[in-house]
Amino acid sequence: MNDFTAVLAPFDFTGMEREFLLGMHRRMVQAREFEEQLYYLFLSRPMPGTMHQATGQEAVAVGIVSALAADDYVTSTHRGHAHCVAKGVPLDAMMAEMFARRTGSCRGMGGSMHLCDFSRGMLGAFGIVGAGIPIAAGAALSARVRGSGQVAVSFFGDGATNEGIFHETLNMASLWKLPAIFVIENNQYALSMRVQESSAMPNLAERGAAYAIPGMQVDGNNVAAVYQAAAAAVARARSGEGPTLIECITYRARGHARFEASGYREAAEVERWKRLDPILRMAEALQNAGLATAAELAQIEAEVHAELEAAIAFAESSPAVEPEDYLQYITLETTHV
Amino acid sequence: MSDPVVRELSMMEAIREAIVQEMRRDPRVILLGEDVGKFGGAFHVTHGLLEEFGPLRVWDTPISEAGFMGVGVGAALTGLRPIVELQYADFIFCAMDQVVNEAAKLRLMSGGQASVPMLIRAPQGATGRGAQHSQSVEAWFMHTPGIKVVLPSTPYDAKGLLVSALRDDNPVLFLEHKMLYGSASPGGGKATTDPTIGQLGRVVPADPYAIPLGKADIKRAGRDVTVVATAVMVHRALAVASQLAGEGIEVEVIDPRTLVPLDSETILASLRRTHRIVVVTEDTRRAGVGAELMATILEEGFDELDAPVIRVCAVDTPIPFAPAAQDHAIPNTADILAAIRRVLE
Repeated sequence: MNDFTAVLAPFDFTGMEREFLLGMHRRMVQAREFEEQLYYLFLSRPMPGTMHQATGQEAVAVGIVSALAADDYVTSTHRGHAHCVAKGVPLDAMMAEMFARRTGSCRGMGGSMHLCDFSRGMLGAFGIVGAGIPIAAGAALSARVRGSGQVAVSFFGDGATNEGIFHETLNMASLWKLPAIFVIENNQYALSMRVQESSAMPNLAERGAAYAIPGMQVDGNNVAAVYQAAAAAVARARSGEGPTLIECITYRARGHARFEASGYREAAEVERWKRLDPILRMAEALQNAGLATAAELAQIEAEVHAELEAAIAFAESSPAVEPEDYLQYITLETTHV
Repeated sequence: MSDPVVRELSMMEAIREAIVQEMRRDPRVILLGEDVGKFGGAFHVTHGLLEEFGPLRVWDTPISEAGFMGVGVGAALTGLRPIVELQYADFIFCAMDQVVNEAAKLRLMSGGQASVPMLIRAPQGATGRGAQHSQSVEAWFMHTPGIKVVLPSTPYDAKGLLVSALRDDNPVLFLEHKMLYGSASPGGGKATTDPTIGQLGRVVPADPYAIPLGKADIKRAGRDVTVVATAVMVHRALAVASQLAGEGIEVEVIDPRTLVPLDSETILASLRRTHRIVVVTEDTRRAGVGAELMATILEEGFDELDAPVIRVCAVDTPIPFAPAAQDHAIPNTADILAAIRRVLE
């Protein structure tokens, strides 16, 4: 995607209530603030592990998940904080996981790259590129077998579309008309490799055609546009018509992992995308539509900031993982014989 | 009350019966794999299941091992108990990421939120089909924390172990030796029966029953020497034991039946009686199951040994095609006999 302007879409709030729109905005701010706080934590003190920021990509996570029901399924990636926030995973538990505390979402056993919350349909962030794609298809197949009406979404990056598992899964999902939605977060880079350098056909949405799956490209920094695309895909999935491939064009505002300096991209490119920041654009659109004042938006930011301060305090005051905690999680010692 | 019905079944029939009975009992059990539906499975294990249970329970998949293994993981995470069949165990390497990085790790990574009650069935072992359809894969997965490994040697064990494996909340790899199926492969009518296989464990109750995972079975009791063997090697060890009984040497043959969990106590208890032990497996020698069994014996039973432990394993080679070469590469009764004589010296 050389020319991002081709998918740049104006904000169209048709059919969306003010509360819903402000809720999406708040979720994006939460995801941003979670990762910004985490960034400074990593700078200022010894933190366990590593983390990958989705800064600049929040509209993809929030726009898609806002079209789901609470019990629908999501699989995510190593860059998964925003998906978890969007799915409603408590910020306290997420932050405690970053601190490797017993109160963490995964009891301190997963860390940033394996965040999950099964009570909220968040089946996991996967640190292996593409690994969550067939798992979402399996959750969709399970929903079909159980007749539950649930749908499953898999988020993955542009890099994952070059994994074989992407192709195997899309073929099966289409053959079986599974209630699945495959979301490419095209943030332009697989670590240092631009899409044009890694994909013979850089229009990734077109890959759906190979599997008879409708593919669409969406302005991934426009949360309303992402939501509308997702809502159509969810309706299609629930009605038994099968999966959809949504390519969200976005940008990874920070490096691949915590302090990676991204010397492989030009400053002008980074600056151009800063002006297209999804939170700034949504804030502007809400004000232009007369749905929120600057003061109201500042109030949301202040509230989220306080939530994150509370989350950090919760994490800091939580008990550390004991060295032998992990032993209980290797296998499950129950059978149903 | 009438006596329970018992019949003789082949291992293929016993496994099918266990699957059918569990699918009738538990609607969460589904089947995924290549040609498992209308073709009935490469070794006819799933014959008739599509007709009985329909396409929502029996899924014929494309040739996408990584993909349908991942579908199995996703289904297992969300309330089903899938059986994923691989046509040959050798093909599991195409799906290695989903088995090792996802199925086996999700419970720990999620801090105990996730369980992956997925049963992977895979036919393995040397049957003259060349290097990519003949290997024994158990060591790879015995080495992998988070997945259980079952390796039955008789129809009776296969049925009971399959029931337990399906009801287990962890991923379980169920390895079926092709030479033990007791059926012909549907393609060429090639016999899949080892000449040493007798009537052992062919009598199978019709009612469902469960054999717990992690419980070894003493296939033949003996006071002089212990042989720990798996799959086809159980039968070869038993043939050797019959031969040595004629010389007044009593060989105890133990089949661990599951490698994870491993019933080391039954093996060590036998060692405490015989003080001599030989380990026989069809997988290759280097860093193999034999090495692991031997290390367990040495760590926990060294003081009981009156002779060095000997392992009899396949040569460290891809399995060659020519029948004479294949037979040279994997342990035969003469190899087992020689090993037993050495520990008795």
